[in-house]
Amino acid sequence: MFNYLVQRIGTIVPTLFFVSILIFGLQQLLPGDPALIMAGEDRDENVIRYLREKFHLDEPLPMRYLYWLGGVLQGDLGESLRIQQPVTDLILQKLPVTLQLAAMAMVIALIIGITAGIVSAVLKDTAWDYAANIIALWGLSTPNFWLGIMLILFFSVWLGWLPASGYVSPFEDLKANLASMIMPAFVLGNAIAAVLMRHTRSAMLQVLNADYVRTARAKGLVERVVILKHALRNALIPIITLGALEFGTLLSGAVLTEQVFTIPGFGKLIVDAVFNRDYAVVQGVVLFTATAYITLNLLADLAYFLVNPRLRG
Amino acid sequence: MTAIPAAPAAVPEELSPGQRALRRLIRRKGAMVGLVLVIAFVAMAILAPWIAPYDPLATSWTAIRKAPSDMYLLGTDELGRDVLSRVIWGARASLLAGVVSVCISLAIGVPIGMAAGYLGRWPDALISRITDAMLACPFLILAIAFAAFLGPSLTNAMIAIGVTATPIFIRLTRAQVLSVKVEDYVEAARAVGNSHLRIAFRHILPNIVAPLLVQATLAIAAAVIAEASLSFLGLGQQPPAPSWGSMLNTAKNYIDHAPWMAIWPGLSIFLLVLSFNLLGDGLRDALDPRHR
Repeated sequence: MFNYLVQRIGTIVPTLFFVSILIFGLQQLLPGDPALIMAGEDRDENVIRYLREKFHLDEPLPMRYLYWLGGVLQGDLGESLRIQQPVTDLILQKLPVTLQLAAMAMVIALIIGITAGIVSAVLKDTAWDYAANIIALWGLSTPNFWLGIMLILFFSVWLGWLPASGYVSPFEDLKANLASMIMPAFVLGNAIAAVLMRHTRSAMLQVLNADYVRTARAKGLVERVVILKHALRNALIPIITLGALEFGTLLSGAVLTEQVFTIPGFGKLIVDAVFNRDYAVVQGVVLFTATAYITLNLLADLAYFLVNPRLRG
Repeated sequence: MTAIPAAPAAVPEELSPGQRALRRLIRRKGAMVGLVLVIAFVAMAILAPWIAPYDPLATSWTAIRKAPSDMYLLGTDELGRDVLSRVIWGARASLLAGVVSVCISLAIGVPIGMAAGYLGRWPDALISRITDAMLACPFLILAIAFAAFLGPSLTNAMIAIGVTATPIFIRLTRAQVLSVKVEDYVEAARAVGNSHLRIAFRHILPNIVAPLLVQATLAIAAAVIAEASLSFLGLGQQPPAPSWGSMLNTAKNYIDHAPWMAIWPGLSIFLLVLSFNLLGDGLRDALDPRHR
């Protein structure tokens, strides 16, 4: 176990190193002098001088990278030029909102995706199976920002049931919070439900043909018990791992969903930063999401290792 | 017990693997629906100047946010432009973005993936780590970052999407090369003294084209959504040029007064993406024996 842990952590160090180079390198894509561009339209001499000094722009590239990396390793992702706040603080402020959205979306995705996957595997080649497959194809092909706009049209404009936008903190008013989050969470969960459904279906189909499932049936167990206790439990392992890997999709989707429903989360932070030319924030958000993704991947691997006795051997 | 399948009545004439795959593809209804839709969209994009009823950029102060009617079949937008004409012209941006960005991914990803798989050792280790690093960044967030630093335009959006999607092709190509390079025919090609470059391009590449083709088709679907997403955020096609994503961006603000502005561009994205997904799924089933 210990050896595996060390080995696995050993592989993420070079990955993180290249992530940092990639994100630092983004700055080099800016056409022309970064200080001039970051200073915005005013081009204030003092601001430009300050930026040059702050980002060590007069020094060679490898040195600049080391300065930047040194800061990052101490949790300093730079400062937002517009809001005059440390990027780390901004990320931590916005993160809980997006995490709530992501968690709700994941619950919706798991409920829809796994149920539909089981149904279509157990009732393979029936109308239910076709219906589930069509829904999955719909989920994969619908741009989620459009789905969001259509839900607003239906539930907010026509029926008047749910607010079209605006975010309420769950600590202020939980009911209003849930009302404002349910549509975005559904929009975000929709695409992941489709992916989960397809994987649950193929994992279940594999397991349903396994010897131990045949044995369970042969000894006369009720079909419901066979499916839920014997088949699903074994099919769930790869599905849960996949769920962790969908975290990236969740964050990408959150950018658009938050934009449609004007939710002040992580996604809105990066989009606003892009338009304010607040490059430190853009870099910070990408670096943070990549690190979170790598960590989550590691945890998923470890969980997989723990629940699968054959790997421990 | 199911009956043992009877032997075919007549032995069919010898078909090449390509012909057999084509037959399997044609038999798949979903794939054919996808293909027909893709062809229809391509025709719409090419014929836009002739089939669009109005100039997609022509504003009219007397026809602002008019509901669909005989005159404007899908209504007009906030500047009095014909929605149908803009939807028709918008197909160009979406298809262009889908195809060009996947070409960029293929052009970068396939040679690098082949190098990694064929050379092995440190080039493989280095390329694999860089690929891991890129895959660790969520697709759209990385594409947004690229587009942000490159500056907003359709061309830059295509570059951003193409570069961001490259690692998928590197990985796929590498994995395919690893499985093909130990085959007897590659050994034989090496034994008779072919150069590495010739072995890679004449003997390995043709044998890994099928999975690449499947992935490319599905990647076009993802790229179309990505372009629409970037345009929706204001990082893709710039106004007033028509694109489905940017049309939705404006439509969102008028959703209570002019819902037709939002319905059609979104439906178009959905249908185009769906058709590439259907075609890609069908191609995979037809080309990959394991999926049959």
